[in-house]
Amino acid sequence: MSKKDKQKPGWKSIPEGGLILEAGNAIKYKTGGWRTHRPELDMDKCINCHFCWIYCPDSAVVSEKKEVTGFDHDYCKGCGICAHECPVDAITMVKEEPSTEK
Amino acid sequence: MSNQVALTGNEAMAQAMKQINPDVVAAYPITPQTEVVQMFSQFVADGAVDTEFVTVESEHSAMSATVGAAAGGARAMTATAANGLALMWEIVYIAASTRLPIVMPVVNRALSGPINIHCDHSDAMGARDSGWIQLYAENAQEAYDNAIQAVRIGEHEDVRLPVMVNMDGFIISHAVENLELLADEDVKEFIGEYTAEHTLLDTENPIAVGPLDLQDYYFEHKVQQAEAMENAQKVVVEVAKEYKNLTGRGFEYFEEYKLEDAEIAILALASTAGTAKAAVDKLREEGVKAGLLKLRMFRPFPAKEVAKALSGLKAVAVMDRADTFSTIGGPVFADVRSALYDVKSDVEVVNYIYGLGGRDTTVEDLEFVYNDLQGIVNSGEVNKRVKYLGVRE
Ligand code: SF4
Ligand code: SF4
Repeated sequence: MSKKDKQKPGWKSIPEGGLILEAGNAIKYKTGGWRTHRPELDMDKCINCHFCWIYCPDSAVVSEKKEVTGFDHDYCKGCGICAHECPVDAITMVKEEPSTEK
Repeated sequence: MSNQVALTGNEAMAQAMKQINPDVVAAYPITPQTEVVQMFSQFVADGAVDTEFVTVESEHSAMSATVGAAAGGARAMTATAANGLALMWEIVYIAASTRLPIVMPVVNRALSGPINIHCDHSDAMGARDSGWIQLYAENAQEAYDNAIQAVRIGEHEDVRLPVMVNMDGFIISHAVENLELLADEDVKEFIGEYTAEHTLLDTENPIAVGPLDLQDYYFEHKVQQAEAMENAQKVVVEVAKEYKNLTGRGFEYFEEYKLEDAEIAILALASTAGTAKAAVDKLREEGVKAGLLKLRMFRPFPAKEVAKALSGLKAVAVMDRADTFSTIGGPVFADVRSALYDVKSDVEVVNYIYGLGGRDTTVEDLEFVYNDLQGIVNSGEVNKRVKYLGVRE
């Protein structure tokens, strides 16, 4: 068993049948740990169309005051959809080195 | 007040379901279970039950709808047989692992192929590792009694597991027997109201049912299931005792028939146990110390109790109405032999695979088995551990 798994609660203290009893807890699951490639934004190229913001499956594109300003690395899983959808190639996927997993 | 009636096994099972009055029944007809669903749907149409009856297009959907209803806090039932159970397979496991106390009569029939509609246990035995509690019945009375107890067993807070109530196809399901039905209000009182601890319909306390469960928690949930099965052993006994107080009928894990002073015995489950009793009676008249252990509960497997009951014997034949094709015996045999390993008993245990595809198993067939056991005792030798009873060469 990995160290990380050892710290989790055992069978006597978790809900039966895999039920999740707490609503809205997906926020606790930081998918950023999955990332092997990180999106990087070129603000000079960006036309603020917000396609990336709409398409991101993890709501990890940050938009402040109607402007896309970057990515939330706790949740960005590095899928590259934003880069693929950007009409002006303002997003580049860069290899994560070293791993950002905590 | 109970009520003496003459009913087929299917009619008795439909009556049990009527008296249980589940919130939801989702079922699809399949021989030899068809009448259970047909009669129950008539009760629904007549307003004799409060059940929401869901007609579905397949058994996969039947079990899915039953699981959905149970996750919504309903007392939910379905019923099936053979290939219907096979089509449910995926959701059968999900019902157990989601810890939903569904009660499902299974009218045992041979699994295809070759296609066959008659009795054997290949359907239920295939589901032995699915995490369902499994009860077997010698006759319609026991099938009825098991169905009512199954509600209490499955819903018990220390268990929360689905229960398969098995009944031999045609042999029990289509034969008329004299039996006693409980009064409706007695069943109502015995099973009580069902309140699920967590339900999808509780909007005050929203939950997620059936989420992804990966390397970090799946294993823990499986151990919880195993623990619930451990607990079921205790609960089956408690419920059986209470039921006996009410009806004067029944037993816990198994019935011991003339086993106490026996030297040789058959271990069988379901209707063949009745045939074996006739063989035992005949042999006893001839002075042969023959006995029978009729297993009622196969999952969880009462290993300690079975081992204790058999360890003093000289030879035992375990009857399996299903093959595993492991070449080392049927499913019941495997568990019985494993149970005996711990008690280091000298009892010789052999296996007979019998009655596949509904092949008739007569009193003479079982006498033949007892004679075989006597041969083993006299010679001290087992020439073949696993045999196929009465099959043509
Ligand atoms: S890489 Fe994927 S997850 Fe990350 S911001 Fe882009 S679309 Fe969202
Ligand atoms: S898709 Fe491209 S251009 Fe549009 S907001 Fe995102 S980064 Fe800017």
